Amino acid sequence: MRVLGKLIFVQTKLFLREPAAFFFTLIFPALLLILFGAIFGNTPDPRLHSTLGYIDYEVPGLAAVIIATVALMSVPVAVAGEREKQILRRYRATPLRPATYLTATNCVYFGMALMGMFFLIVVAKVFFGLRFEGNWLSVLGGFTLSALAFFSVGYVVASLSPTARVAQVIGQLAFFPMMFLSGAAFPAQIMPANVRRVSEALPLTYVVRLLQGLWSGDALGGHLPEIGILVAMVLVGTFVSSRTFRWE
Amino acid sequence: MTTVIDVHGLRKTYGTIVAVDEVSFQVEAGEIFGIVGPNGAGKTTTVECLEAQRKPDGGTIRVLGLDPQRDGQQLRERIGVQLQEANLPDRLRVWEALDLFASFYRRSVDWEKLLDQLGLAEKRNAPFAKLSGGQKQRLFIALSLINNPEVVFLDELTTGLDPQARHLMWDLVRSVREQGKTVLLTTHFMEEAERLCDRVAVMNRGKIIALDTPRNLILGLKAKTRIIFEVNGRFDSSLLDEVAVRVEREGNRVVVYGEGDNPLSAVVQTLERQGCGFHDLHTEQPNLEDVFLALTGDLQTTK
Repeated sequence: MRVLGKLIFVQTKLFLREPAAFFFTLIFPALLLILFGAIFGNTPDPRLHSTLGYIDYEVPGLAAVIIATVALMSVPVAVAGEREKQILRRYRATPLRPATYLTATNCVYFGMALMGMFFLIVVAKVFFGLRFEGNWLSVLGGFTLSALAFFSVGYVVASLSPTARVAQVIGQLAFFPMMFLSGAAFPAQIMPANVRRVSEALPLTYVVRLLQGLWSGDALGGHLPEIGILVAMVLVGTFVSSRTFRWE
Repeated sequence: MTTVIDVHGLRKTYGTIVAVDEVSFQVEAGEIFGIVGPNGAGKTTTVECLEAQRKPDGGTIRVLGLDPQRDGQQLRERIGVQLQEANLPDRLRVWEALDLFASFYRRSVDWEKLLDQLGLAEKRNAPFAKLSGGQKQRLFIALSLINNPEVVFLDELTTGLDPQARHLMWDLVRSVREQGKTVLLTTHFMEEAERLCDRVAVMNRGKIIALDTPRNLILGLKAKTRIIFEVNGRFDSSLLDEVAVRVEREGNRVVVYGEGDNPLSAVVQTLERQGCGFHDLHTEQPNLEDVFLALTGDLQTTK
């Protein structure tokens, strides 16, 4: 436990010293929110919900973007980079257990994603009078499941990429279509039908649906298809990455 | 003397390439033991098998009585490792690295003292990426000592360092031994092995081809003292036939391979008696590099 705590503390400091990671996880989503809020405002929109407005949907949507950013941009580049530069090998020469290292890394990235979401909520509350119809525990549960599902995909990308550069390219190729087409940045409700068919194939769509649903007051039980898909992602991702993960 | 490292018939292959071929040796407590050889000789692979970093294909290994494969976790608590190639996160500060690595071990030394000992106190807040090659290497030595290990493995410690930093490293290795630790190091600098090691194993193409003290290896070569000088114009090498084993001439430069107790005075006397003018005379003793060249029989050695 002492090792885990120390490793989490050090890795958090390292994350916060990385300007790009810091910006895209914590600042960029809030800036997007302010931009969209300035354009669309937050008056209740009947196309979305009877009492909720654009921003009230955008906050859980951007929470999904944060999860995808951390999982597909930060995790693969950081892990493949530490392997490429033989940092992981140096850790392997000590009694540090691989599971402790992976647990610490996951805790740090989860904590960062959570902080990003918290910052988003504060900004939305202060500038746009954010409304919330759901249950905090359900939202936190949905957020955690979504993060686990996407992080496990991030480790698969890290495991299959020979270098940090390749990991970065694969991560971006996966990230950008999902950010724009999953309903995370623009509500799915305002998309044309053929775009919505594409978004059905994107895993982030299910995160967006789950989080927006829970935010607007749905029970967890009302989103079993989304939960099922995300649980499957956790299982398959963890299985594949545990088979393919390499320390050097 | 207690045997700290016992390797018997170690074998490691990568595909069809035999990296380590039936290697056996023992290292006693308190020794500085060197493995020398050209790049690709199998030094690093051998050491990594001892460090529980790599799984051997055959043979038995005991380090501190432990089997690296079976008791890897226990072994890693008690050894110090400096890898040939390794890095730390760019933005990790020197003190943070020491503090972090100290937490990995059940017992660790006061890393503040290590900072002073290794001359890193001024750099304690510097990020890893901003350190010079020598400073990085000193930090890795500090990390290898942080658990007060009984055996320290140093793989290519001084490769890529300037001569001054190299001499500092040698002093450090000696001080590590003075603390009662056993040191196993690899190098492709013969001078380093000769100056530092109590015993040296010469490795080439996966095999140990000689193992002894540097002095015995050099004596065993029965190499000749070389007497080198320049002559002015005419010189008849047959003049030295009586006192020299062999004479080589290259332009004005003459190399005489002497034998007997005092080949130098015999050569000088002969030259003066014959009225042969010479200058810039000096002698060269055979060294480990000559041993290595003789043993491996080729010229692809120390760069």
